[in-house]
Formats: sequence, C-alpha cells, structure tokens
Amino acid sequence: MNITATLIGQMLTFAVFVWFTMRFVWGPLTRVMEERNKRIADGLAAAERGQHDQVLAQERAKQVLHEAKEQANEIIGHAQKRAAEIVEEAKQDARTEGERIVTAARAEIEQEVNRAKEELRRQVALLAVAGAEKILERELDASTHAKLLDELAGQI
Amino acid sequence: MSTPEENGGITPVEYIQHHLTNLCAGCDPETHKPSGVLDFSAWNIDTLVFGWIAMGLVMFAAWKVGRSLTSDTPSGIQAFLEMIVEFVDTQVKQIYPGHNPLIGPLAFTIFVWVFLMNSFDLLPVDLLPQIAQLFGIHYLKVVPTTDLATTFGLSLSVFALIIFYNIRFKGPMGYLKMFLFHPFGKWMVPVNIVMTLIEEVAKPVSLALRLFGNMFAGELLFMLIALLSFTWIMLPVQVALGSAWAIFHILVVTLQAFIFMLLTIVYLGMASVELEEH
Repeated sequence: MNITATLIGQMLTFAVFVWFTMRFVWGPLTRVMEERNKRIADGLAAAERGQHDQVLAQERAKQVLHEAKEQANEIIGHAQKRAAEIVEEAKQDARTEGERIVTAARAEIEQEVNRAKEELRRQVALLAVAGAEKILERELDASTHAKLLDELAGQI
Repeated sequence: MSTPEENGGITPVEYIQHHLTNLCAGCDPETHKPSGVLDFSAWNIDTLVFGWIAMGLVMFAAWKVGRSLTSDTPSGIQAFLEMIVEFVDTQVKQIYPGHNPLIGPLAFTIFVWVFLMNSFDLLPVDLLPQIAQLFGIHYLKVVPTTDLATTFGLSLSVFALIIFYNIRFKGPMGYLKMFLFHPFGKWMVPVNIVMTLIEEVAKPVSLALRLFGNMFAGELLFMLIALLSFTWIMLPVQVALGSAWAIFHILVVTLQAFIFMLLTIVYLGMASVELEEH
C-alpha cells in the first residue's frame, strides 16, 4: 500500500485520455448524434408536410373533378340543343325541298296536261276532218279548208 | 490454479504477497517494495502499462469508428460507443447544472477507463504473471485499479477540478466563505472550517479508497480461490467458486466504474454552483 510516482504518471495519462476523448470520441460522436436527431426531426416534419400536401391535393382534385363534370354537363347540354336545332333545320329544309319538288311536279303535270290537250285538239281536228270527209263522201281539199279547220280546233 | 508445490514450495502468504508486488522501477532491489508510503522515485511499470493498454483499446475503437463515422444508421462499434455516450450524457444532463463541455468527456473517460482497468480483474489471476515469467518478468500486478496510484491519480485529478470550479463559480472569496460560514453560519467559524475541510478532503479520499478497496478485495478473493489445493476433489469447487465470483465481479467492475463517474459529476456539479447565503 504505497503511493509512488506512478500517481503522477496515471494523472498525466488521465489528462491525455480526457483530452483524447473530448477531441476524438465525445466531440465527433455527439456531433453525429445531433446530426441524426436533426435528420430524424426533419424527416418527421417532411412526412407531416407531405401528408398535409396530400390532403390539400386530394381536395383540389375533388374540386377539379367537380368542375370538369359541370363543364361536361354543360357541353352535353349544348350539344343536345344543337342537335335538336340541326334536326329542326333539316326538317325545315326537307319540307321546303318537298314543297319545291311538289310544285315542280305540279308544273310539269300541268305542262303535260296542256300538251295532251293540244295533241287531243289536233287529233280531234284530224278526226273531225276525217269524219267530215266521210260525211261529205268527197274529198275536201284540206288546204282550202285549213283555216276553217283551225278555227274549229280552236273552238274545241 | 497454483499450489504451493507448483510455485516452488512457497506458502500461501508468499504466493499472495508475490501477486501483490508490482513490477517496480526504482524500488528496493531486495524487497521490490517502495522505500516508504510515499516514494516518488519508484514507478509501477505494470500499472502504467495496463492503464495504457486500456486507453489504447479505446483509442483503437475511436480510430476505427472515426474512419467511417456516419449519421446514418450506425453499426458495430459506433453504435456501442454512441450507447455509452448517450448513457453518460443522460447522467451529466440530469446531475450537472448548466452546460460544461468538459464534464461529458471527463465522465465518459472515467467510466470507460475505470471499467476497462477493472476488467483486467476478470482475467485468470495467474495468466498474465505466468506469461510474463516466461519473458523473465518476475513481478506483475495486472489490475491497475488495485494500485492506489491509479485510484488516487483519478480522484486527485477530479479534486483539482473541484477546487478549480469552486473558485471559478464562487470566486476566491466565495470559496473562502464556504470554508468559513458553511454549514453552521458565521457564529461557528472554527467548527465550519474543520467540517468543510473534512467534507472536501473526504471527496477524493472516498473516491479513491472505494474503488481501490473493491477491486483489491475482488483480486484477493480470486487469489484465495486460486489457492485451493489443486486436487481432483477440489477442482469442481475451485471452478464453481471462481466462476461464481467472476460473474458477480462483472457487476462490481461495472458498478464501481459507474459510481466513480456518477460521484465525479455530483462533486463537480456541487462545485459549479454559486454559494448559497446563510
């Protein structure tokens, strides 16, 4: 049980060791641990922020979707209206066209009728002449009586 | 595992005395002992060397960790060191008032160094001395904390810091006032001086002697167990006793390191506050 100069040696060793620990063990390790603490805190904050952003984005998406639906409805409404209009126009056109065709047909018919009447008159004139020939039993000079015949045909 | 017969017919007393003799430079060449209780011409080489080995272990670990220090998921030695740092830091934050960048590393050093030096106690008592014998070293006391030089070296360093922080935080006059008027006020100055002086001196002495006593007793018990005669009947008893004491000693080793660290923080914390008025 003696105290020797080893005491001084151990005190110096201890001093060196404390300095070493401070400089190379405690310092770097606590720095690294603080850094890690900060990173974890940052990560948690970022996660929270992300969740918040997600909620916002979801709300925004819902809104956009709603707007889009409204727009689509509007467009469909427009289209339906337009379609109805087009159908109406088409009907109108068809009616006009039909009427035009009918009118044209009527005119043609009238024309045809007139032509037939003309033909008929001519035939009747010829027939009358032929009848008259038969009745008079003599040949009449058609040319001499043409004026008379024409008058007759006009009267018919 | 030595018997008197194996050790060349020496008695148990001689065996223990042999084990308690340091590898000493500057001692009496006949007795291998220092010349007196205080002998500052003698150096215990073994104490110093094993202290340095313990320190070297920490330095090696620090060097290995320092090369790949990461704030990502730490692994291996870094995680282990961080665990100790966190443990010590918690104690310091709970006990020490205010912030002082020295206290943490100081407490860490005490805890780790004392723990490692104590841990040499768990090596078989004859292992290293027998190996040293082969190299012609006849005396070797392995555990540095069974040397008063180590325990007092630590506690006196702490004591110096206690005085330093007392003067720094209380001022020289405040420190003086503490001796004069503490704990019984200004009418009991002589008693106060004696009381405070005892209180202050008891700090390093109790720190050093507590650690020394525990480790010395532990070492002594290992020697006594090793002294059980090496016969086939005694072998199981010796193994059982040695194992049991070693397992129990793991607790002592850790606890003594922890107590030394904790009391250091407490003492320095007491020193680092302003003087309370009476």
